[in-house]
Amino acid sequence: MLLQRKQRDWQSLFFTGATGLATAVIVAMVVIIVGNIAWNGAAQVSLRFIFGGTEEGMFDAHRAGIFPMIFGTVALVLLMTIGVVPVGVITAIYLTEYAREDRAITRVIRGAINNLAGVPSIVFGLFGLGFFVQFVGGGIDKALYDGALHFGKPTILWAAATMAVLTMPVVIVATEEALKAVPKGLREASLALGATKLKTIWRIVLPQALPGVLTGGILAVSRGAGEVAPIMFTGAAYYLAHLPTNLTDQFMELGYHIFVLSTQSPDIERTKPILFGTVLVLVALTFLLNLLAIVVRAKMRARLRLAHG
Amino acid sequence: MDKPIIQINSLNFWYGPKQALFDVTVNIVPHRTTAFIGPSGCGKSTLLRCLNRMNDLIDHTRLEGQLTMDGQDIYAPEVDVIELRKRVGMVFQKSNPFPKSIFDNAAYGLRIQGMSDKTELAGCVENSLRKAALWDEVKDRLSESALMLSGGQQQRLCIARAIAVEPEIVLMDEPCSALDPTATAKIEELIQDLEKYYTIIIVTHNMQQATRCSDYTAFFYLGRLVEFDATTKIFTNPSNKQTEDYITGRFG
Repeated sequence: MLLQRKQRDWQSLFFTGATGLATAVIVAMVVIIVGNIAWNGAAQVSLRFIFGGTEEGMFDAHRAGIFPMIFGTVALVLLMTIGVVPVGVITAIYLTEYAREDRAITRVIRGAINNLAGVPSIVFGLFGLGFFVQFVGGGIDKALYDGALHFGKPTILWAAATMAVLTMPVVIVATEEALKAVPKGLREASLALGATKLKTIWRIVLPQALPGVLTGGILAVSRGAGEVAPIMFTGAAYYLAHLPTNLTDQFMELGYHIFVLSTQSPDIERTKPILFGTVLVLVALTFLLNLLAIVVRAKMRARLRLAHG
Repeated sequence: MDKPIIQINSLNFWYGPKQALFDVTVNIVPHRTTAFIGPSGCGKSTLLRCLNRMNDLIDHTRLEGQLTMDGQDIYAPEVDVIELRKRVGMVFQKSNPFPKSIFDNAAYGLRIQGMSDKTELAGCVENSLRKAALWDEVKDRLSESALMLSGGQQQRLCIARAIAVEPEIVLMDEPCSALDPTATAKIEELIQDLEKYYTIIIVTHNMQQATRCSDYTAFFYLGRLVEFDATTKIFTNPSNKQTEDYITGRFG
């Protein structure tokens, strides 16, 4: 019969198997990593651990708490977002709405952004130290405080600023994609009604692109919460007795704390439970921040679709 | 023929090195409907977009010749494009309501011109929706998203949005090409009503549409104006062989 399959289609079979296998490997990796962290960390995580301080024995599993690090991480990420989103969005607006693609300067800017995304994070850390801490901070101190040390030292402000530079490309690219996805017809409709370009961007294009902007924010937060190198020289502290209350304070941070725990402990076996617990909290915190942003984005999308008022 | 509201005088237009319009001269009569017909790529949409300077948005375009509205050159350096577009409204081929409520769509042009008084806005919105023959269908759901409307309703909303700012001229770029026959019939009827208030220029592929709703017809071919006359004359007794071939369906 004509419709009968004559032989097995080995190529399809092979590729189905290969792609399935590759996926399985990735899934297995995630399961192993998360499973290992959860399995070993769960016992350590308690209310005392999460809300406790480190006053006595930061390397002692029974007494150590990580609240200052959680506080520092959240504060850092929030400050970073406040810095990176406006600048990133405005840059993306310039690139999609104003810059002309055929100009050399546009290509240079795009190249710079792509390169920025490829710079190792430790380089950002050193850049932050040299630029923000010494140059900008030192400059402010010289100008306003007669050389007294206020801004010219590692602070949470400079750590957040460094992190904002690091995550800038993510926000710019995500926003650009969102802006480009806004239909040309909507811009034309607005312009044809006598709206200026600025009004068109502000009232039509940007509201449409907001979920995409938020995606950029989410990616930036995910990236920022996990980086240690950029804050090592710019604001993170090994140990502090008090929570940061001022932009010029130093702070403790989960990622940096994990680095400290794993390299500085006098007795690594006794510190291991804290290490797992801290990693679990960091992963959970990143997940929670992501979840929050994703929920907000979903709400925003639903509202755009129904668009009441 | 009344005194023309728009005079197009030996207009040439280029997209980069490619010339799209050659020496086009047409006069548009106020409070009449003028149809631009011709095969795809003949320049009719390009000409339409010259009239509200939408072509300014495309890089590397160039225009020569004269285009005047009420005697004023609309490409003169002192002309404010924003003001021009307030006086020359446009309805696009693909209906493009904003993802906002029906009310906010109709009110958009008024709001960007600074109207903020709620009762005044509501009055203008109702008026424009009535003129666009949409009021009865949407009056109870003005706060719903415009995207919930049918294709034909969306296009009528776009017409309402364009006329809410009281332009003098309304440009329509194949407004029915994406609509079914019933929705098309409604819009054609609407165009005939709107003639009272506005000067309408419609680009269409549909020759029956041109005969049904226009007073004057301009036939374009390969960027040149072949013939311009009263619609009845063009469709019953064209003076040019090419026009005759096109309207009888021999090409295009």
